[in-house]
Amino acid sequence: MVVGKTLWKIIFIKLFIMFAVLKVFFFPNFLATNFSSDAERAEHVLGNLTESRSPPPSELQ
Amino acid sequence: MIENIDLSMVNWARATFALTAMYHWIFVPLTLGLAFLCAFFETIYVKTRNPEWKHLTKFWMTLFGINFAIGVATGIILEFEFGTNWSNYSWMVGDIFGAPLAIEGIFAFFLEATFFAVMFFGWDRVSTRMHLFSTWMVAVGSNLSALWILVANGWMQNPVGMVFNPDSARFEMENLWAVISSPVAIGHFVHATSSGFLLASLFVVGISSWYLLRGKHKKFALRSITVACVFGLLSSVFVAFSGDEHAFITAKTQPMKLAAMEGMYKGSSGAGLVALGMANPLKQPGDDQDPFIFKIEIPKILSLLATRDFNGFVPGIDDLLYGNAAQGIMGVDAKIERGDQAVAALTAYKEARKANNEAQASAALETFNQHRDYLGYGHLLSVEHAVPPVGLTFYAFRVMVGLGTFFILLFALYLFLLHRGTLERNYPLLILGVLGLFLGYVAQQAGWIVTEVGRQPWAIQDMLPVTVARSNLDTGTVMTTFFLFLALFTVLLIAELKIMARQIGIGPGGE
Repeated sequence: MVVGKTLWKIIFIKLFIMFAVLKVFFFPNFLATNFSSDAERAEHVLGNLTESRSPPPSELQ
Repeated sequence: MIENIDLSMVNWARATFALTAMYHWIFVPLTLGLAFLCAFFETIYVKTRNPEWKHLTKFWMTLFGINFAIGVATGIILEFEFGTNWSNYSWMVGDIFGAPLAIEGIFAFFLEATFFAVMFFGWDRVSTRMHLFSTWMVAVGSNLSALWILVANGWMQNPVGMVFNPDSARFEMENLWAVISSPVAIGHFVHATSSGFLLASLFVVGISSWYLLRGKHKKFALRSITVACVFGLLSSVFVAFSGDEHAFITAKTQPMKLAAMEGMYKGSSGAGLVALGMANPLKQPGDDQDPFIFKIEIPKILSLLATRDFNGFVPGIDDLLYGNAAQGIMGVDAKIERGDQAVAALTAYKEARKANNEAQASAALETFNQHRDYLGYGHLLSVEHAVPPVGLTFYAFRVMVGLGTFFILLFALYLFLLHRGTLERNYPLLILGVLGLFLGYVAQQAGWIVTEVGRQPWAIQDMLPVTVARSNLDTGTVMTTFFLFLALFTVLLIAELKIMARQIGIGPGGE
């Protein structure tokens, strides 16, 4: 089962890249990292909801 | 706060999400359909006890395994992106998405994963019937997984069964059944899964046709084509009907998306469907330019599709933006006013709660509740910002529908020539069958472009535009991850194509 071994290798390498590299170094949870409580997170999101008014992506530079 | 936001970050976050989702959707539809085809093949083997059908089943199962192995966990990256790039959105929908995704994890994924092991490693370890049962469970489980994901996506397109909590800034589930049984969610599910069946049929037909063109594995190829063409023809007809129903629902829940799909600016009764056309790239909402450079229109069909009445009124982009009193359509300008009031009331509520002024908080909440259905409009700068990219949506829709129609004819022709016994000598059709495989992927991606580009600017329809759904990150970070993914996905795709091509080259007589 040469193809089976190759696939297992790909699966493990891929999962390692995803969880040990990408998740850790490139995809921290923004709210979990920057705020220490749910109340602070809610306050931050509510702040964005009540104060931001921005143009659509098509007009962004 | 607005001055601290790097606005172009939104575009890179959208591009990264689109890249990931499109890459993910290369694997998913083939898994959904090929699992059922493997179950059909194995059922025939169990019924006939002919070992040739067992070899045939094992071959397609190996290709299923390659696709599954390369595609597995690519969807998890989307969840990473929710937490990092779309944290406001992620926070707000956590309560809604939690239930369907938990059900998906507990039931569907474990069902799929458990029987997956038996299907691949249990040929000589369990009874024939147990193995067949496992193969069917993999097919059912993988499609059930898709159900829950598409329920979540359907909710974003038509948010129902929830209430917004202004204290936690979250949408909270009020009625799980309303979320699950939403016509948009069901429409998404049946259309997406049946299109997966269609793609898998094209996959089997394409590879089998390639064998016939090369004069190899003739009996194997003809048997595979027979089963795949029957499944493909039924699926493609169902895709057409489910697409029609989906468009009908879209006309009610996302009329702007339907207008963009048709490139239709001025609404009309007895509206025609543009079968073929070239959109005018200079056309802007509200101006008098012709929206098309040329078009071939089928009279009254759009009205029939959208309203089930040949003379029904279908609103255009201008009707939806600026309102149409005669048809009782509220314009985006009026919705922005109400959205402004919702945002102002939410701000007042927040301030009153901070000041412990319960009377003011209660009054603000009452005002908010009167306008909450228009909350998202309070974040749009102008009415024109409610229009999705019309050209892309229009062309993607035509590619999807055009190819869908072509596939029906392709399967019907294959079955006709199979019946006459002349298929293997009809090289032009066999070449078309091979091409059909690649066109199947094009149609899949075009379908998602219609769904996701057509609902812009909304992350959650009418409630949350993408510009507010994002995280407060700098552009460089998001741009880096985009190119990182581009490289990773390219490598993985090359790996899959190489392994798949090698296995197809070995053929059904191989390992």
